[in-house]
Amino acid sequence: MRKVTVLVCYDVKVSDPEGPRRLRRIARACRNHGVRVQYSVFECVLEPKDWVVLRARLLDEMDAERDSLRFYFLSEDVARKTEHHGTRVPLDVEGPLIL
Amino acid sequence: MTTALNTLFITAEGTRLNKEGECVVVTIQEEKKAEVPLRHLRSVVCLARAWLTPELMESCVEAGIHVSFFGMTGRFLARVEGLPGGNVLLRRQQFRAADDPGVTLRLARAIVVGKVANARQFLQHARRDAAEEARLPLEEASRRLSEHLRALERAEELDPVRGLEGIAARDYFEAFPALLKGDARRFSFDGRNRRPPRDPLNALLSFGYALLAQDCAGALAGVGLDPAVGFLHEDRPGRLSLALDLMEELRSPVVDRLVLSLVNRAQLKPEDFKTEAAGAVLLKDDARKTFLVAYQNAKQGSVQHPFLGQQTTWGLVPHLQALLLARTLRGELDGYPPFTVR
Repeated sequence: MRKVTVLVCYDVKVSDPEGPRRLRRIARACRNHGVRVQYSVFECVLEPKDWVVLRARLLDEMDAERDSLRFYFLSEDVARKTEHHGTRVPLDVEGPLIL
Repeated sequence: MTTALNTLFITAEGTRLNKEGECVVVTIQEEKKAEVPLRHLRSVVCLARAWLTPELMESCVEAGIHVSFFGMTGRFLARVEGLPGGNVLLRRQQFRAADDPGVTLRLARAIVVGKVANARQFLQHARRDAAEEARLPLEEASRRLSEHLRALERAEELDPVRGLEGIAARDYFEAFPALLKGDARRFSFDGRNRRPPRDPLNALLSFGYALLAQDCAGALAGVGLDPAVGFLHEDRPGRLSLALDLMEELRSPVVDRLVLSLVNRAQLKPEDFKTEAAGAVLLKDDARKTFLVAYQNAKQGSVQHPFLGQQTTWGLVPHLQALLLARTLRGELDGYPPFTVR
């Protein structure tokens, strides 16, 4: 089964009274499926069925009138094609996990 | 089909693991080191004393993630698992087969043939780029292994099969020092010893075999077989006999190959080991990490499966072999096809 690699980015209008709650819930859904690479950016490597679940959940949590969601579909060798500078070096969940 | 899910290795003493959302959070010395979604994991391997919350244990058991604990030398201590999965009919078939001398003989022989053939292939392959003076012992050993293979084909009882396995292993390890190159010749190796290993190369081999045995146990449990009921290896409390059986054919191509490439490329040196007062030789922390990274990377390497004719990864080989073993026990295959390297 081929996995899909998706970069999930979101903007949530936090000044809205329900905003912080939506932000939390969207972040939680992303966290359960992928790796946080920046505050509102997650890299998710998923089985297609899990991606369907995550996508549906995110679309459900967001408020289309106030927030924005972007999904970038990436090729599998994303790690090789990515440069990172500065803090918060994200964990590569596909690579060796040795702590 | 099992997808290649990852293994989380814990090597730092006093690591805490707890669950947040659907993730494992790893905390070392009060510092949050990593957060790994559970869905990416197939197993958690604790090589140092680690502390897991009951909530996390519960989720691991429910998600079918195996949690295992090892001592400092890589000795297997314990494994947390839920109810045995898979099929009760298959397990009964396995127990019946283990009680049937004819079936046991055929399976044990197939396993040993796979092991000896791969050991021989490994020596022959190494001979090609070995130094002049190393060629003779390697040729001599692989010639003897060929003889043992022929004798195995004639063996009609379990005892001679087990005997030939022991002789073949001794002949193989006698040639082992000839595989060391350059600076790696500083490693002294005088045959296999274990419990505890008494020199660095034996420490590496033992550590590698312990990891491979766990991978094999996980693969067997994954297809619903009991990792403790074996054919070549007799039942013994606490021993994962079937995992040891399944591992035989993979020792040379997976662990020995890795150990040799690490020492021959000087990624591990004699200085990377420490000797305890009792004579046990252990890997220092950094060396253990180097080994684990290399082991994990080796599992990503691709290989052609000789029986299935499919391209696969080394990490999936134990799972495919477990599947073939299950099919053999169900009577869907005439005999168990060991994984042989071309």
